Amino acid sequence: MSDHQRDERTYWLDDKRNVNKIVYGLYAICTVVGLADLFPYKHHLHFGFEYWPGFYSIYGFVSCVALVLAATQLRKILMRDEDYYDPR
Amino acid sequence: MGLIELLPPGAILIIGGLLVPLLPGRLKPWAGVVLPVLGFMHLLALEKGFVQNLVVFGYELTPVRVDGLSLVFGYVFFIAAILGGIYGLGVRDNVQLVAALTYVGSAIGGVFAGDLITLFIYWELTAITSVFLVWAGRTKRAAKAGMRYLIIQVGSGVILLAGVILHFVDTGSLDFDKLIGADGLLGSASIGVLLIFVAFGIKCAFPLLHNWLQDAYPESTATGTIYLSIFTTKMAVYALARGYPGTGVLIIIGAVMTAFPIFFAVIENDLRRVLTYSLNNQLGFMVVGIGIGTELALNGTAAYAFANIIFEGLLFMAMGAVLLRTGTCLGSELGGLYKTMPWTAALCIVGAASISAFPFLSGFVTKPLILDETAAGHHVIIYLMLLFASAGVFHHSGIKIPYFAFFAHDSGKRVKEAPANMLFAMAVMAVMCIGIGIFPEVLYRVLPYQMDYHPYTTTHVITQYQLLLFSALAFVFLQKTGLYPPELRSTNIDTDWIYRKALPAVVRASVGIGHTVVDAIRVPVRALLQGISGLVYRLHGPEGVFARTWTTGSIAFWAVVVLCGYLLYFLGR
Repeated sequence: MSDHQRDERTYWLDDKRNVNKIVYGLYAICTVVGLADLFPYKHHLHFGFEYWPGFYSIYGFVSCVALVLAATQLRKILMRDEDYYDPR
Repeated sequence: MGLIELLPPGAILIIGGLLVPLLPGRLKPWAGVVLPVLGFMHLLALEKGFVQNLVVFGYELTPVRVDGLSLVFGYVFFIAAILGGIYGLGVRDNVQLVAALTYVGSAIGGVFAGDLITLFIYWELTAITSVFLVWAGRTKRAAKAGMRYLIIQVGSGVILLAGVILHFVDTGSLDFDKLIGADGLLGSASIGVLLIFVAFGIKCAFPLLHNWLQDAYPESTATGTIYLSIFTTKMAVYALARGYPGTGVLIIIGAVMTAFPIFFAVIENDLRRVLTYSLNNQLGFMVVGIGIGTELALNGTAAYAFANIIFEGLLFMAMGAVLLRTGTCLGSELGGLYKTMPWTAALCIVGAASISAFPFLSGFVTKPLILDETAAGHHVIIYLMLLFASAGVFHHSGIKIPYFAFFAHDSGKRVKEAPANMLFAMAVMAVMCIGIGIFPEVLYRVLPYQMDYHPYTTTHVITQYQLLLFSALAFVFLQKTGLYPPELRSTNIDTDWIYRKALPAVVRASVGIGHTVVDAIRVPVRALLQGISGLVYRLHGPEGVFARTWTTGSIAFWAVVVLCGYLLYFLGR
């Protein structure tokens, strides 16, 4: 592993501005696909709630936030030391 | 009957695999590519509808049955085996090569088994062969995990055999066809059919029966885990689709399977273990499709199994390459690898986007078959659970895997790019993900049932983008606010805690109680035993009354006394 740390080149994502570009790009795309619900494009869906404007956007966002927050709480119950099963 | 018809599919791999150690070292890994290619050609030479019958000890067996459902799984198993072979060209370890080839051959044999006895034989063969892939990790952890894995896998086979025997006694049939009744209720099924269901459920990693998967798979080698992740569970999916289509309870089981593992995936540090939770979640979608049981839903299950083997295989391969180059798969130790492994990173992202079902990739054209049929069946809660799980998949497989391995905080690791053969195997898989996404009809054509399905509707594409992009937004939000849990070196307990901690503790406690009881009664019991042995010694010892030598005269005298006594007694009556 001697070649670790030797590389001092800077890469594209090392620049915070480039990371921000990606994040702002995501905001922009989210705005576009989110606002698509202003148009009546939805057809052949099975449930009434699927036609609600913003249903899929909000459901995706809320699901993920809830998932992560719940999983973080689960850590309190489930997390043990790395060598919990095989103490050295 | 020609040789082609005589050999079951998979036999070339099993027989050839056993001969691998005889090859010179440099040629050995090539057997992992050549044998599956030969096997695939053999399968292509068999006609759809071909059935091989055999009478053994008066039992009618069907060692080979080639039909629509078995073919989809057969095709993808061979494709995955060939690519796995290419990926593993750097491996010269006899154990891994023999185990991988015989394991793949057994799983393929299982998929083409037309009767339950043949299925049972292949079912156990996959267990026995695959455990060597776990052990090939050659660590103490791998040895222990392999043993637990073997016990559970063989246990599944024993339950299967018991179920098959009971089913045979009930019905007189060994045919492996639909086992569940027309009502789709397990409650009205026979015990034999129930036992077979449980056996399938174990290998399919049903909730609470699942943990062997997360326990054993990540302990194998970089190549071994790829084989493991593909065959056992998908053979079980096939078996369920064959025997239990339309079994209502599978809808609930599958939905639970899609949802609960993703919580574990979010907090797990070992990225290969994250993928095993992801695999568990993916199996859930397939199980829901089987539970719904319509032709479209079963097509969905088969198509999703096909697509999943490719993109999940790709993800496991990418993590295997990371493991090979850095020596670890722990998220807490990785990051920034895109700098020196850009190809692996890019291919991993294709796999990650495919599993997340982004439009124009393979997940998008296969998963909605299951989701649409769930909605068409008006299973509101199940549908919402599957949507939640779909968002969750994107979160832990789509974002977490590539993000923590290749981006996130720079770990400072500057390792070499993956070897060319690994990149090639991954690239083929990535091309397949994209190819199936753009030309889904190619895959649809090999599905068991005819269908006319168009995944690319405006509604479908836009709603899918909404679900996924807002999930990505949630990830950014959680990262920026610091709510996202950091990767920590840790173990998360799962159901394996029951047999790795709780049961051993109970056993130790029982032994402890046993010792205390023994200690408590030892003194009086010893005194009693000494008393008895003293008495016996006194009577029978060298000076004992029963040990004295008697003269013939005294014996005769006592005999006369006894006889006289008897005479007197007789006369006195």
